Amino acid sequence: MEEKITTRRKVLIGMTSAVGAVGASLAVVPFIASWNPSAKAKAVGGPVKVDVSKMQIGQKIQVSWRKQPVFVIRHSKEALEGLSQVESKLDDPSSLKIDEPYRDVNPTRSTSTEYTVIAGVCTHLGCAPKYYPEMESQPWDESWVGGFFCPCHGSMFDIVGRVFKGVPAPTNLKVPPHYFDGSILTIGEERGTA
Amino acid sequence: MTQQSSGFFNWINARLPIVNTYERHLSKHPVPKKVNFWYMFGALASVVLIIQIVSGIWLMFGYENTEEGAFASIEYIMRDIEYGWVIRYMHTTGASMFFAVVYLHMFRGLLYGSYHKPRELVWVFGMTIYLVMMAEGFLGYVLPYGQMSYWGAQVIISLFGAIPYIGESLEIWVRGDYYISGATISRFFALHVVALPLILIALVFMHLVALHEVGAGNPEGVDIEKYLDEDGVPLDSVPFFPYKVLNALVAIGIFGIVFSIIMFFFPEGGGYMLELANFEEANPLSTPEHIAPVWYYSPYYAMLRAVPDKLGGLVVMGAAIAILFVVPWLDRSKAASIRYKGILSKIAMTVFIVSWLMLAWLGTVPVTALRTNLSIIGTIIYFAFFLLMPIYTSIEKTKPVPDRL
Repeated sequence: MEEKITTRRKVLIGMTSAVGAVGASLAVVPFIASWNPSAKAKAVGGPVKVDVSKMQIGQKIQVSWRKQPVFVIRHSKEALEGLSQVESKLDDPSSLKIDEPYRDVNPTRSTSTEYTVIAGVCTHLGCAPKYYPEMESQPWDESWVGGFFCPCHGSMFDIVGRVFKGVPAPTNLKVPPHYFDGSILTIGEERGTA
Repeated sequence: MTQQSSGFFNWINARLPIVNTYERHLSKHPVPKKVNFWYMFGALASVVLIIQIVSGIWLMFGYENTEEGAFASIEYIMRDIEYGWVIRYMHTTGASMFFAVVYLHMFRGLLYGSYHKPRELVWVFGMTIYLVMMAEGFLGYVLPYGQMSYWGAQVIISLFGAIPYIGESLEIWVRGDYYISGATISRFFALHVVALPLILIALVFMHLVALHEVGAGNPEGVDIEKYLDEDGVPLDSVPFFPYKVLNALVAIGIFGIVFSIIMFFFPEGGGYMLELANFEEANPLSTPEHIAPVWYYSPYYAMLRAVPDKLGGLVVMGAAIAILFVVPWLDRSKAASIRYKGILSKIAMTVFIVSWLMLAWLGTVPVTALRTNLSIIGTIIYFAFFLLMPIYTSIEKTKPVPDRL
C-alpha cells in the first residue's frame, strides 16, 4: 500500500513537472519574439536613387540606405589599374569569403566600370570607415596607397572596400544590391526587380 | 528585546524584527578593530547606488525614450527644467564615481585577499554586481542618443555579431531594428531603469548577507574568528556603533565633497566622463573621428582593439571579466594580505597595476601601430597576473601571519 502511494506520488510529480515545463517554455516565446524588429521597422527601407554624374574623379559620396551609410566612389583609370598591386596586402582579394553579388564583373566590385558602391559599415564592429584617397604615409600604415581606414579599431580596406590582412575586420565591405540607369544609381534593389 | 519604551513600538517590533535586524546588521555588527581607509569604499558604493536611484528617478520625469525626442529631452532637462542640470550631472558624475569606488573596492579585495576562505561567495556576488553595473552603465550611455551613444552602441551590439552562426540575427534581435533606432532606445530604457536596477539591488542584498554571515576581512589577513569571547563575538572586533560609525561618516563626508566638486566644476571630466561628441545628436551616417569608451570601460576596450580578430577580440574581452570571478581559487597563498605575501606577489601586483592603468589610457586614445603593440603587452600581463597566480602564490615564501589583529 505504502509503495503504491509512493509510485502514485512520483508519477503525479513527474506529470505535473512535465506539463509545467512545457507551459513555461512556451510562455517564453512572446517575450523573446517581441524583441524582433516590428512590422513597422521591417516596412521601412525602400531603394534610394542618386545622380552620380556630377562626382569628381576620386571623390566619395555617402548615401543613406536603411539609415546606414553607403559609399559611392568614382575611380580614375590609374587607380583601378593599381588595384592589383595592393592585392598582396589583402586578406580576400577576390571576395571569396562573402556572398559577393557582382563577382568578376568589374574591378570596382559594382555593376559599373568606374564607380564602386559599398556599404559604409565596417565588417568588424559597424563603424563607418573614413576615406583616405591620398597615396601617402599615414600613422597607421607607412606605405598607404589610398583606401578606407576605420577610426574605431584600425581596420583597413583598399579603395574598393577589400579588407587588409592582420586587421580586426574579418571580411570585405559588403556590396549592396544596386544598378545604374545612365548616371542614376539606384541602391537597394537589382535591375528589373522593382 | 530590551526596548520597553513605547507600547506602539513594542507592538510593531513583536511583529517585525526592526530592533533585531538593526542590531544584528548595523549597531552591534562586529567589525575588525583595525581597518584602514581601503575598507570605506563598500559603504561609499552603497551611497552612490542611492544617489543613482534617486537622481535616475528624477531624470525620468523629463526624459523621452524615442528616437526623435531622446536627444532633445536631455537638452530640455539641462536647460528648461529647474535644476535639471544638477540632477543630470549628479547622475553622470554618479556613474563615474560608482565605478571609481567599485574599482578601489575591488582593488582592496586583491590587495588584502578579501576573497580568501570563507569569503569566496562575497567576492563572486561582488563580481556579478560589477558585471551588471557595466551593462547598466552601457545602457544608460545610449539613452541620450548622442553621437557617442549611437556609435558606442553600434560597436557593442556588433560584438554579438562575432558569435558564429547566430551572430547576425542576434544583433538585429538586440536592436529590434536594422540600426539603433527608437525600438532600441525604448528597450534599453526599460532595462536601464527597471530590470537591471532590480537585479542590482538583489545582488547587493546577497553581497551584504553573505558578508555579514562570514564577517569583514582586515588588512592583516588575520582570521579574527579564532579568538572569541564568551558570547561568541571575536575578541579583535568592535561593534559598529559607536566605534566605527564616525569613520564611515567622515569617509562619506569627504566623498560628498569630492563628488560635489566634480559635479559642479568638472562634470564632463575632460571628456572622459561625458564625451564631447555626445553633445551632438546621433548621426547614423557619420562615425566620429575618434571613438572611445568612457574611462571605466577603457582597459577592456584596449584589449578588444589589441586582438586583430573579431571573435578573438570578443573572447579576450569576455575572458578578462570572467577570470576575475575565479580569483578566490587562483590564489593559493597561505597569507591573504599582500603584507605577508612573498616578493613574487608584490612584483606581480605592481606590474599588474601599471599595465591596467596603461590599458585604461590606451583604450581612450586613437590607434597607432605602437599603441596596438603596447595594448597586446598589457593584455598579456593582465592575463598572466591571474593565470600564473596559482604558481607564484604557492612557490613564494610568505611571512607568518600573526594570530591576533
